[in-house]
Amino acid sequence: ELKEEFTRVLTANNPHAPQNIVRYSFKERAYKPIGYVDQTAIHFSLNGNLILKDSDEGRRQSVKSAVSEKPSLASSAVISEETEIKDEEGTEDTQAEGEEEAEEAGTAEEAEAEEAEEPPPPKVKEQKLANQFNFIERASKTLNNPLRERACQSEPTPCKNFSATANQWEIYDAYMEELQKMEKSKEKEKPKAQIAKKEEKKKGRKLTSLESQSDDITKISKAAKIMERMVNQNIFDDIAQDFKYFEDASDEYRNQKGTLLPLWKFQYDKTKRLAVTAISWNPKYKDLFAVGYGSYDFMKQSHGMLLLYTMKNPSFPEYVFSSESGIMCLDIHNDHPYLVAVGFYDGNVAIYNLKKATSQPSYKSSAKSGKHTDPVWQVKWQKDDMDNNLNFFSVSSDGRIVSWTLVKNELVHTDVIKLSAEGTTMQGPEGLQLQTLGCGTSFDFHKKIDYLFLVGTEEGKIYKCSKCYSSQFLDVFEAHHMAVDSVSWNPYHLKVFISCSSDWTVKIWDHTIKTPMFIYDLHSAVGDVAWSPYSSTVFAAVTTDGKAHVFDLSINKYEALCTQIVVAKKKNKITHIQFNPVYPVVIIGDERGHITCLKLSPNLRKMPK
Amino acid sequence: AEVDETLKRIQAHKGVIATMIINAEGIPIRTTLDNSTTVQYAGLLCQLTTKARSTVRDIDPQNDLTFLRIRSKKHEVMVAPDKEYLLVVIQNPCE
Repeated sequence: ELKEEFTRVLTANNPHAPQNIVRYSFKERAYKPIGYVDQTAIHFSLNGNLILKDSDEGRRQSVKSAVSEKPSLASSAVISEETEIKDEEGTEDTQAEGEEEAEEAGTAEEAEAEEAEEPPPPKVKEQKLANQFNFIERASKTLNNPLRERACQSEPTPCKNFSATANQWEIYDAYMEELQKMEKSKEKEKPKAQIAKKEEKKKGRKLTSLESQSDDITKISKAAKIMERMVNQNIFDDIAQDFKYFEDASDEYRNQKGTLLPLWKFQYDKTKRLAVTAISWNPKYKDLFAVGYGSYDFMKQSHGMLLLYTMKNPSFPEYVFSSESGIMCLDIHNDHPYLVAVGFYDGNVAIYNLKKATSQPSYKSSAKSGKHTDPVWQVKWQKDDMDNNLNFFSVSSDGRIVSWTLVKNELVHTDVIKLSAEGTTMQGPEGLQLQTLGCGTSFDFHKKIDYLFLVGTEEGKIYKCSKCYSSQFLDVFEAHHMAVDSVSWNPYHLKVFISCSSDWTVKIWDHTIKTPMFIYDLHSAVGDVAWSPYSSTVFAAVTTDGKAHVFDLSINKYEALCTQIVVAKKKNKITHIQFNPVYPVVIIGDERGHITCLKLSPNLRKMPK
Repeated sequence: AEVDETLKRIQAHKGVIATMIINAEGIPIRTTLDNSTTVQYAGLLCQLTTKARSTVRDIDPQNDLTFLRIRSKKHEVMVAPDKEYLLVVIQNPCE
């Protein structure tokens, strides 16, 4: 180890010089290392006074030094001629050597130079050096006019702070306003409209002034209505959920049988003693239905009511109309869903207009205008006649089927048919032939064939009639032993109709065949029967013992798919049933004034293939 | 009036805690709650309704807000906005 040789090299590198200098190059815009670093190490530096002989400064100084020597030589030679000047210059020379040596020497030199020129060797004229420190400036200032300020301030323009958000809808609103303004201006151009406008404006002003005076809560009616429905929805939340979504899964295990799930129950204080006599769904608003209240009891006849409920608000009716006589039947017009035709117990008919706020009927028949003499059991709207007048038919126990037409705000009646009971012409006094009239209890018009309709009577017969023939029937069916409560054409099978009666039976017929196709015995008087709107083979019937029966002919021809007690109390009889045209729901009315809404389970809703 | 009856019915329903009518400026006109709570509700709900309406109309200017429901743990606040008024009902939904 000790014998290892360490070589030491003597280099000329400066150990203190940095080896990695990096400079920024603007050309390449980057930092570049400098390859060669200056290795010189300066150990000692001193600024000296030596000037190079041949440089400019050196030459100048050498000339000066040469000239300054000469006056001392030349003065001795030219003393006699210019003693005064020389003395001055000489004294000047000696005095101002330190300070103004250059200048005085320069002037002396010049003087000497001029003098020296006379004697031989001419010399170069020395330039006079301008001393920058001895600069004299001569300036003069003009008179400054005194400044005066005269200002005038105008009133600041009125400023207003405005802030708003520019939303889509604000833009839209602005455009709509513009549109309306344009339309109004167009209207104003017409002279007639101008006069009318003035009147309107006056009325409008009066109204607005009145409204603004009182803190009117009537404006909130719309909001209140929506709110009530929402509150109801919250309360009956589970029912609403059931209505929409509940499908009875146990139907699969029930062997084709179905159930009716009770949903809402509609009741109103004032109708507690009245029986539901008629139910009808509104053709336009599928959740709105009309209920007529009256009494079936011959002895106890009191007032009647017409209520319209909506499924959205089960706790209070939307519209309430009251009448003196019990309502026996009602029908809502298909095209004008605000017109309700009503038949009364006292034989009158009336039309209620839902759009008007009054609780009185818009048009009413009277004894003069040919009302029925017995209760009107059914009314049905017809298509508008040729003069575009509304008309409807009514059937009553007095044996007349009457067509009422609304002509110039009055109800005009025309007897269509008189139901003469066959074989009962009697010989009255003075040889008059009296015909006892049958009592019509229900009728139904054919869906497609307009003039064809069926009438059920109290004797149990069903007459097939035509609007064209006023005295003769097209056909008679010996249907039941007791009064026919309801007849109804099948909405799909155009030849089939159904009838129900208090003789405990429901019968299905083909109108070309005299005998019924099916007979069902329901063990209790049948109040009402209705076809379902979604299937041609499903129908429902209600009996006075509180049960609802649902049949599906495509599945079971002899038995009901569902027999369910709808009304709990024993004294309560069910009077009517109606299917909702859209939802799988039926409403059933009873004698206590209650309406129950039930949902059909899936088994009952099968569509025929 | 009919509206009065409707409001009375709403108030009488099961679970309804309070009913309020607030005008367009946020001043309560009718209320069944105490003053301080009502004023608080009025101010806050007014702003929320305006915001909600602005949202709905911003997306489609032809649309408009009809109803606003806020379901919280304790109860449900329902707001029915109108042109000039706001109808507020606080209900305890039965569950």
